[in-house]
Amino acid sequence: MTTAPSRLRPRWLLAGVASVVVAAVAGLALGPVRLPPGSVAAELLNLLPGVRIDSGLTPPEVAIVTQLRLPRVALGLLVGAVLALAGGTYQGVFRNPLADPYLLGAAAGAGLGATVAIALRGGSSGDETASLPATVPVAAFAGALLAVALTYGLGSAGGRERSPAALILAGVAVTSFLTAAQTYILQSNVQTIQEVYSWILGRLATDGWHDVLVLLPYAVGMAIVVLLHGRRLDVMTVGDEEAAGLGVHPQRSRYLLIVVASLGTAAAVAVSGLIAFVGIIVPHTVRLLAGVSYRSILPLSMLFGGAFLTLCDLVARTVVAPAEIPIGVVTAFFGAPFFIVVLRTAKRMPV
Amino acid sequence: MRRTPRLVAALAVAAALSTAGCADAGRNDPGPGATSAAANFPVTVGSVTLAKRPEKIVSLSPSLTEMLFAVGAGKQVAAVDDQSNFPADAPKTSLSGFKPNAEAIAAYAPDLVVLSNDMENIVSALGALRIPVYKGPAATTIDDTYRQLDELGKLTGHPTEAADVVARMRDEIGKLIQDVPQRAVKLTYYYELDPTLFTVTSKTFIGSLFTLVGLENIADPADKAGSGYPQLSAEALLRADPDMIFLADTKCCQQSAATVSARAGWATTTAVKNRQIVALDDDIASRWGPRVVDLVRAIVDAVTKAPA
Repeated sequence: MTTAPSRLRPRWLLAGVASVVVAAVAGLALGPVRLPPGSVAAELLNLLPGVRIDSGLTPPEVAIVTQLRLPRVALGLLVGAVLALAGGTYQGVFRNPLADPYLLGAAAGAGLGATVAIALRGGSSGDETASLPATVPVAAFAGALLAVALTYGLGSAGGRERSPAALILAGVAVTSFLTAAQTYILQSNVQTIQEVYSWILGRLATDGWHDVLVLLPYAVGMAIVVLLHGRRLDVMTVGDEEAAGLGVHPQRSRYLLIVVASLGTAAAVAVSGLIAFVGIIVPHTVRLLAGVSYRSILPLSMLFGGAFLTLCDLVARTVVAPAEIPIGVVTAFFGAPFFIVVLRTAKRMPV
Repeated sequence: MRRTPRLVAALAVAAALSTAGCADAGRNDPGPGATSAAANFPVTVGSVTLAKRPEKIVSLSPSLTEMLFAVGAGKQVAAVDDQSNFPADAPKTSLSGFKPNAEAIAAYAPDLVVLSNDMENIVSALGALRIPVYKGPAATTIDDTYRQLDELGKLTGHPTEAADVVARMRDEIGKLIQDVPQRAVKLTYYYELDPTLFTVTSKTFIGSLFTLVGLENIADPADKAGSGYPQLSAEALLRADPDMIFLADTKCCQQSAATVSARAGWATTTAVKNRQIVALDDDIASRWGPRVVDLVRAIVDAVTKAPA
């Protein structure tokens, strides 16, 4: 270790909270339909008990603010936070700067699981605005866990000499295999292609609060477990033997964190589809800016991840308004160039 | 369940689409087919020449299947594609109009193949097998429907019946339109192709029918690309606040007045508050065959009952 891991600095925490506030305000004030910001603010105050302000909006316009934008912003914050936190966790657990839910195959595994669940759902409603069957997050979780186990198994086949590249290559192989399986299932269930396809590209559905409520328990549970492990991850960066010497059980923590991060990823994938790059961009930006301690990377990734995805979603639903572009396209558009920068600096970056 | 093929069809229409004017359905003169008293072979329609009456027709288009049966050529139809579910006695097979297989089609030894889209170069593949192909692309105006009925009548040896069908359709649609009550302010409508809010503008075939009945399309301003089949955002839809909602995704996607009313924010729209959600039959609404009359009737009935 060259730099001593530092604790979370208050000014970065403040910046993280501020970014969430800015993203939320922008997400609520802007959209494909132009509404006066003052009226939007008035309608949000009206949600508080006992407040009654005349905003001058028609009932459908009020619904745009309270029933479309508000849940969608909440969902963006949650999904972004979960994906970024999962990315940060994987990077710590695998001591690999390139680990993220996407590259490890977890997202593809979750995608396969969810596709199977959607395809097998008898008498498909074919309606993605309908409630997700309860089986989808569970199936997605099973797929995600299976994928990470496969990737980890394949990547560590080289023994202790394994390089970061081995794990990523294993992840790529697993992702390709699972994606092929998913494509096969899609092709044999043509009626679900459209539904699953729009979901694969990632989208934050405008579906009231349902998705938020599905994801919330997973997000909270994951955040609690992962944030409590920040110090252990810092200790584990010095190596397994040393960590064991310091009283940490690296393997036990590692398994727990993999399960929890995969569970969170699976829940996020189940509601929002495959949204690439959030899990890798955000933790690395945080690492570059605020230091290499997981005690600061993890909470800050959560905050900035939520803000980043909410802003990406704003772009996704406004640039080609009144239509939408898949949010996965937006995150990848910003993510791919960033990924190259990370690759170029990864060698110098302690993880 | 049939969403994907329907969207493919919609895109195919969009590609072929120019501006479609209002159909002149009030006219009452019979089509040109009515003048030919007897069917004489050989007959030529466009680039298709048939030496004798076709007896083993394969249809790869649900709309053309309906037309063939309507003009009285049903007995000559040997096989229809997997989407051709009307009329019930059409010989439905696993043939696909979207992924057509020339060998599978040739196995029926057809003397005429009718289709709407030249998917995967099927026309030239069938041409290589010396199988005559009639292409009746998705209609952009009601006159395309009349022309295709007329042409299929000639090709199958039923020109008089075809002319009768066309005359009857013109007559019925004309009467339906006449009976629509006049309104001071036009009602606005949203036409749903699928639950992701894909819709049609008034420039499409479907849209032109609504224009005939005197409705105003809320999607027209949204279609900047001019495809005729824009996708609306939920926000744009709520802001437009349509007076009526027509669902063409009741079969494919099980949409209904109940599911639409339950969507986030939709309960505030005029259409939902006044219960003006009209469930259409997906098949009738997505085809341009003889049952277009039923579609116009469904629209007219709903508009007549709608509150002022």
